[in-house]
Amino acid sequence: MRTLLARLKERFALGPITEQRPDLAFVTVERETLRPLLRHLRDAEGFTHLVLLTAVDWIEEGLFQLTWLVHDRRRARDIGLRVMVARDAPVMDAVHDLWPTAATYQRELKEMFGIDFPGSPRIDEEFILEGWVDIPPYRRDFDTLKFSEETFEHRAGRGTTDPATHMREHLGIQGGSK
Amino acid sequence: MRDEDMNERRIGVRDELRKRIVKGPDGIEFEVDPISDYYCDARPEVRPGAYAGIVESLFNWARSESLWILGFGTGCGAIEMRPLMTPRFDAYRYGIQWRPTPRQANLFVVSGYLSVKTLKRVIRSYEQMQNPKYVVGLGSCTINGGMYWDSYNTIKKLDQYLPVDVYIAGCMPRPEALLAGFEELKRIIRAGKAEGANLYAENFDWYKANQKRVIHDWDMPDYNW
Repeated sequence: MRTLLARLKERFALGPITEQRPDLAFVTVERETLRPLLRHLRDAEGFTHLVLLTAVDWIEEGLFQLTWLVHDRRRARDIGLRVMVARDAPVMDAVHDLWPTAATYQRELKEMFGIDFPGSPRIDEEFILEGWVDIPPYRRDFDTLKFSEETFEHRAGRGTTDPATHMREHLGIQGGSK
Repeated sequence: MRDEDMNERRIGVRDELRKRIVKGPDGIEFEVDPISDYYCDARPEVRPGAYAGIVESLFNWARSESLWILGFGTGCGAIEMRPLMTPRFDAYRYGIQWRPTPRQANLFVVSGYLSVKTLKRVIRSYEQMQNPKYVVGLGSCTINGGMYWDSYNTIKKLDQYLPVDVYIAGCMPRPEALLAGFEELKRIIRAGKAEGANLYAENFDWYKANQKRVIHDWDMPDYNW
């Protein structure tokens, strides 16, 4: 992994690198670097499989963190490429021409986070939700409890019990967290 | 403000449901309007009982002994119905069996959480079942949302949308609990209190209003039989 990262560093401008395990590393790159880097990893370094494409909502920083995780079957190693996208203009380049499976992830991200991937097949169609009318539900400023209370009828009488309290008061079991 | 927003973003009718010209195999072109041509949208009617109480009791006894379940697993609860089909629990000895189509079923077991998307299919399937028909809500999710109580995409009270005869509590209820629930349903049917289909017809507008409040892309007739 070290040698691979060193090799990549010579060719591409890499940002911060996190080495999670000997066979797993994450690299943050700029938006323009992503495509050539993915192509290089696929064609020259043997990372033939796109495992996933996912997003994290860093609402405090005003950023979406996109992660493309690619896998090298032969050497059993993974590398994750991260790109930070501005939350107020969430647009990213599509990579479905490198891996057709990416199109599905891109549709999902469009629906659940509102991140647009121009040119991706069927990107504007509904993916899982039907007739969704609010902001994309995986964004952290979407309040799922409030939405649920406003949208759905709730049955009264629902209660919750903290397991530790219940055990202490009713079963006489001490311990656990204080 | 939300309502206006909803109307603005309301999703139009799907392409396959739009009115269109179709060319038949004999070369003649004709117009097809799927919503009115493929569905009968007559409102459901209340069915009166038999002319004599004793006859209706006989009918109800017969109905209680033939519970044919629509094989529609809406959530994880469907997995608890499989053991009932095995020799160990053998629900068939109680006159219960599973059918692949709503036309042949009279019992809808809503097995677990119901997302808004599934609710739409459930309503369509329920309306296509023959009278008299019964609904069993299986698991906590159908009662009050269960562990999905704060989810943005699952309904919390099944009886807002369909007339429910019996709820079986649990997460998940064991097959034994299901058998007990079916026995309870049989008692209700024999007592002549399982009038779900008539209840649905009587309060049709109320049910439809509730359904349409959560299903925003309503692209089917109000009643599709």
